[in-house]
Order: sequence, then C-alpha cells, then structure tokens
Amino acid sequence: MEHLAILPILIPLLCGVLMLLPPISGQIARQRSLSLAALGVLVLITLRLLLQADSDVIQLYVLGDWHPPYGIVLVADRLSTLMLLLSSVLGFACMLYACAGDDRQGAYFHPLFMFQLMGINGAFLTGDIFNLFVFFEVLLIASYALLIHGGGKQKTRASVHYVVLNLVGSSIFLFALGIIYGTTGTLNIADLAQKVSQLDAAEQAIAGAGALMLLVVFGLKSAILPLQFWLPRTYSAASAPVAALFAILTKVGIYSILRVFTVIFGEDAGALAQIAIPWLWPLSILTLIAATIGVLAASSLRQLVAQLVVLSVGTLLVGLAMARSEATGALLYYLVHSTLVCAGLFLLADMISRQRGKAEDRFVAARRMCQPVGIGIAFFIGALAIVGLPPFSGFVGKALLLKSAALEGEAAWIYPTILIGGLAALIAMSRAGTTLFWHTSREPDSCEPVSRLQLTAVFLLLAISPLLVIFGGPVSDFTFDTAEQLHNMSRALGPLLPGGGS
Amino acid sequence: MEMLYALCVGILTTSGIFLTLRGRTFPVVVGLTLLSYAVNLFLFASGRLGVDDAAVLQEGPANYTDPLPQALVLTAIVIGFAMTAFAVILAMRARADLGNDHVDGRLPTIPDESTAREKP
Repeated sequence: MEHLAILPILIPLLCGVLMLLPPISGQIARQRSLSLAALGVLVLITLRLLLQADSDVIQLYVLGDWHPPYGIVLVADRLSTLMLLLSSVLGFACMLYACAGDDRQGAYFHPLFMFQLMGINGAFLTGDIFNLFVFFEVLLIASYALLIHGGGKQKTRASVHYVVLNLVGSSIFLFALGIIYGTTGTLNIADLAQKVSQLDAAEQAIAGAGALMLLVVFGLKSAILPLQFWLPRTYSAASAPVAALFAILTKVGIYSILRVFTVIFGEDAGALAQIAIPWLWPLSILTLIAATIGVLAASSLRQLVAQLVVLSVGTLLVGLAMARSEATGALLYYLVHSTLVCAGLFLLADMISRQRGKAEDRFVAARRMCQPVGIGIAFFIGALAIVGLPPFSGFVGKALLLKSAALEGEAAWIYPTILIGGLAALIAMSRAGTTLFWHTSREPDSCEPVSRLQLTAVFLLLAISPLLVIFGGPVSDFTFDTAEQLHNMSRALGPLLPGGGS
Repeated sequence: MEMLYALCVGILTTSGIFLTLRGRTFPVVVGLTLLSYAVNLFLFASGRLGVDDAAVLQEGPANYTDPLPQALVLTAIVIGFAMTAFAVILAMRARADLGNDHVDGRLPTIPDESTAREKP
C-alpha cells in the first residue's frame, strides 16, 4: 500500500517499455489490450489514492529513503490525486477512441501514449521543482512524437512551432531553476516555501526574477495571452485522440502555477508574497478577450474547440488571480469539467469530419452525416456543457467562480468578460451546430460508420458533465477542501519535511 | 573569473536568442543549441564558483563544491541533447514535407521593390 503513490508513474513506464519488446511490439491487438488494461488499473489506483488523500493524509513517497529536502520525493496530496484521477480517466477514454483505428496511422502509438501519461502523472506527483522540469520534458518529448504521429503537412508545420517554442521554454525553465537554487540553495517545494521568506533584500530581487521566469514557462504551457498563438494550430492539426489528450497539457501548466505560486510564492513568502498576482490579473482578462474573438473567428470545428480550450484557460486564470481558497476551489471544479468536455469535443469533431467527406469539419454546406442522431446528441450535450448552460457542469463551475469574486472591484472585471466569453461560445457553437447538422447539400453517397468504441469514448467523457452536477455536492466539497489544504500548505510544512529543513 | 564567466553566459544567451528569432530552421536549431549551452553553464554557476575546493566532502572544515548543480547540469545536458536531436530531425522532415526550410513552412512574400517600380 505504501508504494501506491509511485504506481501512476511506474505502470505507464513499464507498459510503454513492454510494448517495445517482441511478444507485444508487432501485434496491435496485444498492444491495445495491454494499454486498456493498464489504463483501467491506473484509474482504480488513482481513485484509491484520491480516497486516501480525502482523509487529509498527505502521503509522502521518499525515493531511496533519502529524506526531504535532500532526496527525491513524491507528494500525493488532494490536489495531486485529483489531477491524477483526471489524467487517467481522460487517458482511458482517449485510448478507447484510438483503439478504433487511429493507432494504426503510424508506428509506436501505444508506447508513446504511455510515456506521455507517465510524464503527466509525474509532473502532478513530484515534490521538487527540478523533477517538475524533468517530467515536463518527458511529457513534451512524447507529445512532440504524438503530435506528428500519422504524418502530413499540417502536422509537420504545427510541430515545428510547437517544438521550437517549447525548447525555448525549457531553457527559460532551467534558467529560473538555476536562479532559484542559487539564491535559496534548495529545490524541494516545501523547503523552498520555508526559505523564500527568509531571503535578504538583495537575494529577494533575484529570486523574484526567477519566480516570474517560471511564470513565463508555465504561461507558455498553459497558453496565457501573449504565448497562446501556437495552441489553435497545434491542437487542430493533431489527430483526434492526441488532441483530446493534449487538453490536459494546458492544465499541467495551470497546476504548476497553482502549486508554485500558492505554496512557494503564496501568502507567506514575505516580500515576495503573491508575486504573480499583479501579472495574472491583466493577463487573465486579456486572454479571455482574445479567446472570445478567436471563438467567433474560428472557421472549423476543431479550431473552434481549440479556441474554447484557450477560453477555459482564461477562465481558470481568473480563478488563479483571485488567489483565495474559495476561488481556487471553484477553479478546480471548472478545471475537471473543462478538460473532459474539451477532450470529448475534440473526439466529436473528428467523427463529424469523417462523415462529411471533403468538407471535413469546416463550417460549409456539405453532404448529410449518415449517423446524425448519435453524433448530434453528443454534440448537443458537449456544446451546452462547454458554453456553460444549465443543467450541465459548465454552468455550476462558472457560477462557483463568479460567486467567489468579491463584489467591489473584482466583479466589475470578471463578470462581463466571463459572461461575454460564454455568450460568444454560445453563438459560435449554435452556428457550428446549425451548419454541420442542418445545412446539408445532398444525401450521403457512401457511409463510413462511426464505430461503437468511438461513440462509447465520447459519451464516457461527456457523461461526466451531468455526473459532476448530480454529485456536485461531494465533488465541490472535495475541491474546496483541496483549495483549503493548498492554501494552508505553506503554514503547515511539518508533514512535508519530516526531517526539518536543510 | 566571475566577470568572464558571466560574460560567456551572456554572450551565448544573446547569440542564442538572436538566432532563435531567425526565419529559417537551421539558424533556429543552432540558436537553441547555444541557448542550452548557456543554460548549462548558468546552472553550473548556481552552486557558486570556487577554485581548489574539495570535490567531495572531507573530514574537517574544508571548502567543498556543491555537488547538486553538477547533477542538475548532467540531467540538463542529456535532455538538451535529446531535444536538439529531435529538433534537427524535425527540421529535416519539415524541409522534405513542406518544400522549404522556413519555420512557418512557407516563404514570406515580400513585395520586391525593383519589380514594383517597373510595373507602372
């Protein structure tokens, strides 16, 4: 049981390696069953970890028994386990969709998918920022390969931008880590939280620069305004299950901002307290505005969904900028909802584009889809959920966020931008639905039916939206407790540093 | 020594950023390489520069070098090397797929002044 915390990293790693070895490597059927089995087990393990964390125990996994702050440590607290469960559920659904045929487009889809999940899970679990960098690189190199998987001009063009930008991002990440290590002498997150407030004035300025460089890197990952231009092209070029899995990559950035700027540079960081907030406020509002324009300007469903991802990032940033426990709780609820629904919509866009022949998913009149009912119902649910209309989870998430805004000052900025963003999404989604489903030029001449596996994957993702509403009480209780734990973490470092600081 | 070291890192970073902003993939890849060199040197210095320090902690109060930055640099070198290799392959693939080596995948259409003048 005590080794449970490392399994979300080990299982994908070992399965990925196994799939490269002879008895499994050549056989797609074996790879599929191994992938699905591994992801199923992963869902169960992360659920178990989540239930453990729910009893307010922060589980520390100390590798090699080198006690923090010296060794490598994995921390499974409420926030980590919530994100782990999210990533494994998402991974399972994407893999289910990919097993219907997308994994045949090129070699090594399954191992790459596993390594990608290993990187994501590692980033959520790690307790020191250098390993955060390492896991970022693991997930990035897998994502480079997955993005270009299948080949084609679009993908190559998108991946050149994506790879170059992220390589520059990695360099900045390392510079920031060097600065932070040079001033504080530690890389463990809990130990950093202790040290940052004790720096002298000269070192504070340097550490502050390091912190803001970290914000740039996480901003690049999570697509905050000046750094978001790569996202729509990249996400709309990737194959459907990959794009759906990428929906969580922006959330890895949001998670990192949350972790670093609440625990290390949060309320208790002395002169460096809340160093990111003055930047996050304008950036979040501007990201929302840019995404609103992008949503209205999108010319195909995939681009539209990619812009909706940016819109959800903007909404999440507003929650980050408020930097209060209630706002963080609302943000986490919205994060779970937006990841799963955006992923579902990416899968849906792929099904739609397959059934419309040459028009693909562009908003032009084309032949009628041959399975309009099943796809239409899924589209309707997904659209209502992402726009934020009742009875789906988008509505609850946005309502929680708006409720947590202080009425004097903050609300004047937050209410209009979020609500107008929602309105733009509503307009764009209704226009998309009308064109795709009703604006038909002729009857289908040939039919490429959507397999049952694909529909199951989409409905699995979209069904979580109503479930999040039905179980809204327990879920929001959990996210609010998570936020409480996160905001109090810098004051209660005892369990994270059993041996005291360095 | 600090001055020389800082200048080295600074010059490498400047050249790296300049080259990364170029339009063709080859200078961009070279720029990324220079940036990763700069990063490695910088990380190395984060454990403070010292001369004649003990490499390993010894008995008694001797000055010793901080081993952690060395481990960090080693990790960064390995990762940086792999990433550069990937970037090179991707650049070649893009050259083959897209027919040119511009980072946007198409050559920018700059109105040629001489032809513009001849037109009327």
